[in-house]
Amino acid sequence: MAERVAVVGVGQTKYTAVRGDVSLPGLLREATFRALEDAQMTLADIDAIVVGKAPDFFEGIMVPEYSLVEALGAVGKPIFRVHTAGSVSGSTAIVASGLIESGVHERVLTVGWEMQSCSEAMWALSVSMPFQQQLVAGAGGYFAPYIRKYMDRSKAPDDTGVLVALKDRQNALLNPYAHLHEHDISYESVKESLMLWDPIRYSETCPSSDGAIALVLTNEAGGDAAKAEGRQPAWVHGTSFRSEPGWAAGRDEVSPQAGKDCAADVFRQAGITNPREQIDVVEMYVPFSWYEPMWLENLGFAEVGTGWQLTHDGATARDGDLPVNPSGGVLSTNPIGASGMIRFGEAALQVRGMAGDRQIDGAKTALGHAYGGAAQFFAMWVVGSEKP
Amino acid sequence: MRDVAIIATAQTRHVRADTIHSEVELIQPVIAEVIERSGVDRHDFDFTCSGSSDYLAGQPFSFVMTLDAVGAWPPISESHVEMDGAWALYEAWVKIQTGHADTALVYSYGKSSPGDLPRVLSRMMDPYYEAPLWPTSIDVAALQARAAIDAGLTSEQAMADIAYRSRTSAANNPFAQLTSSADPATLLGEDYIADPLRKHDCAPITDGGVAIVLAADDKARALHDRPAWIRGIDHRADGHHLNMRDLSVSPSAAIAAQKAGVANGPIEIAELHANFTHQEAILRAALGLGDDVEVNPSGGPLAANPMMAAGLLRIVEVANRIHSGDVSRGVAHATGGHALQHNLVAVLEGEG
Amino acid sequence: MSEPAPIDLPAGLWSQPELDTSAVAELADVESVQSLRAAATLYYDYTPGIATTLFLRALKEKRLTGEVCAESGKVYIPPRGVSPTSGLVTTELVELAHVGTMVGYCIVNLDFTGNAQEIPYVSALILLDGADIPIYGLVREIPYDEVRVGMRLEPVWVEDSELTTSFENIKWWKPTGEPDTSLSDIADYI
Repeated sequence: MAERVAVVGVGQTKYTAVRGDVSLPGLLREATFRALEDAQMTLADIDAIVVGKAPDFFEGIMVPEYSLVEALGAVGKPIFRVHTAGSVSGSTAIVASGLIESGVHERVLTVGWEMQSCSEAMWALSVSMPFQQQLVAGAGGYFAPYIRKYMDRSKAPDDTGVLVALKDRQNALLNPYAHLHEHDISYESVKESLMLWDPIRYSETCPSSDGAIALVLTNEAGGDAAKAEGRQPAWVHGTSFRSEPGWAAGRDEVSPQAGKDCAADVFRQAGITNPREQIDVVEMYVPFSWYEPMWLENLGFAEVGTGWQLTHDGATARDGDLPVNPSGGVLSTNPIGASGMIRFGEAALQVRGMAGDRQIDGAKTALGHAYGGAAQFFAMWVVGSEKP
Repeated sequence: MRDVAIIATAQTRHVRADTIHSEVELIQPVIAEVIERSGVDRHDFDFTCSGSSDYLAGQPFSFVMTLDAVGAWPPISESHVEMDGAWALYEAWVKIQTGHADTALVYSYGKSSPGDLPRVLSRMMDPYYEAPLWPTSIDVAALQARAAIDAGLTSEQAMADIAYRSRTSAANNPFAQLTSSADPATLLGEDYIADPLRKHDCAPITDGGVAIVLAADDKARALHDRPAWIRGIDHRADGHHLNMRDLSVSPSAAIAAQKAGVANGPIEIAELHANFTHQEAILRAALGLGDDVEVNPSGGPLAANPMMAAGLLRIVEVANRIHSGDVSRGVAHATGGHALQHNLVAVLEGEG
Repeated sequence: MSEPAPIDLPAGLWSQPELDTSAVAELADVESVQSLRAAATLYYDYTPGIATTLFLRALKEKRLTGEVCAESGKVYIPPRGVSPTSGLVTTELVELAHVGTMVGYCIVNLDFTGNAQEIPYVSALILLDGADIPIYGLVREIPYDEVRVGMRLEPVWVEDSELTTSFENIKWWKPTGEPDTSLSDIADYI
């Protein structure tokens, strides 16, 4: 029988546009030592390290994990680097979880990060490659036509995205780690911000952030030990990856099949038959506001064409029956290589009751979701406060 | 632990520069061939994993393009590592151990020809203190070669002998890029490119790719009459900073070898991912290989070095010789980083 | 107006240690380094591959070509040599008409083209007649607020003397003036 996996440590850096006070090793050690403290462990207790981040061109360092081996206490240990585009640090947490589930290791440290201030992230995201068609509209311009398609199909009110951005950024005010703390944000300020790629406004677009997140995962014995010492673990109930081609006839980029299949698989593993009822909190990867209603449908929380109603009804607000992104989400914080694991880590904090002011009361089961590429790579996990 | 075996392999003919095919055109035939050889339907792989490098390709997200060669429709369970395919195999092996998969398709490839490889690899050094000095892969290897020679582990003569032996044995390898060598005395007459390394001491620049299929337990037995069982597999890293390591030894390779159980039985062949001739001695010592162990019968990286696939290729070369019945127990080694910083060791056996 | 109070991290979290330079007198008044700029330039010779080479050569002759997936029969442009749904080599090429239907778009208010593009501009997904996936293009010669899904577009080419093996042979797309394609005919794309 596969080993159970527990999340016993979560550590994050304060996310910001430029962490000028730390080197890359310093940034990672900040998240790592916070996670280890949470787990009441030291680097010596860790069996293996799994890291993930976006393309190396983002920092201009090829395979940076090799020069981070000493800083992460990985000398003499296995170090493993995952790279699955935007879903990466979600996939990374899943690979780390697999090392324990398989019985290969007992205690694994996993870190996701991006130090986007090191290099030109916008350039690295949409480099002009010879012989390939140039994307003349930038990263948001890639997704905007699909958002427009969703709006046309669903007849959602035009301000649905505004409501999402407002909610996420107001949620971020309760998250001390979040990058954007827009104290004066309002419905009007979002609506009146510059329209970048119609229908996406500036205030509906994710920031570019520096930051790192680390998780400490253990086997069942480790989870039991933490619990016995009064430190509630988050138990992993299911993990899944799905990928599909970026450009293929028959793809629906508004609600990709890979997302649906990934969700169906993770819910099946976790015994979730009615996600809307059984999931208490969702941390989903929403880099442009309209992805909240789109992913709600893709994940099966709402019927096709109705995801926007959950937003308008306040169901996805902190006090709604399906809070989405109480951390502030990617809209408030986006170190690209870390964003997936931040969703997974925030889901874990919620079911551990350790989410501070952003805690959703009574959260027992949470979904962490990440996606990347041309909305073609998906990674998800379900965590719970009880053992599976 | 479940019994997991390699039941099919395929590789490109490795060349100095493939200026005809894009990466996806390069790897597609290899993937198509391994799928056909495996007897597994394309839609029936439980997991797919690949290894490649953006810096090598000169493009961020470069692996995304090659996913087309897999035909990922309907959507598949798939992952990717920014490491040699040997580690993609490791991730797939772990996935099978979790019970979430019984079969896996693993592939990796690299075109080194587009960039100036030694300079590209200098970007792997510590960005604050070392990378700004642009130490190429050959410069760093030369520092290690000097350390190994000074420690008495090897000599320029022994290194030339290894170069000669590797490339002449590659004459039997239809996929190898370099299949002959001048005799050691002639080799030693050449100038250094980075004292004490000469050109023959270095793996060539190569474009190529590799793919394998893994299967577990009875599935493997049903798919191949002599599966190459992975009896042990482990990987470890040493520290990065050159001044903090004794470059003449590889503690991480030694730990990986011990954890993989190399010493649990006789070793007939060892395919070692030694990109430089001096590294063979270091690895022999770390893996505890006696003088009777045949190293790199395929020719090894000195005969063909498709970056990001050369490590997986070592595993393939051992697996192929098990499949054919030539070998019953062999060791494969893969490395990442400079000067053998990161090492993976796998023990493969036939008849299980 | 004062800045709002920063939101504090929870108390007791691990924080970066203070650096003690007291042992080295010369470091007493030195500022710590905030960043280190090390330029890196790498040159790559990219290989387009067979499929892209054939496509770009045809483009130089003002021909638009697509590849056919042997399994599904779907037509892909630009060709990549491999069908993304089957993983099979695409050996059959087809000639495509120089006209298509806009199946998606957005209006861009910042210039991402690097070409001193007038803003706002329209970036569109254009389904060529006979193709099964759209290609990208800029849409001009129509006010940006009159573009709509379903409109018929045709490419505006550079002068014949300026044709090269490049996507830049097509400067932009303009309306043909034909009646719009009915949305039900492009239902799979919208």
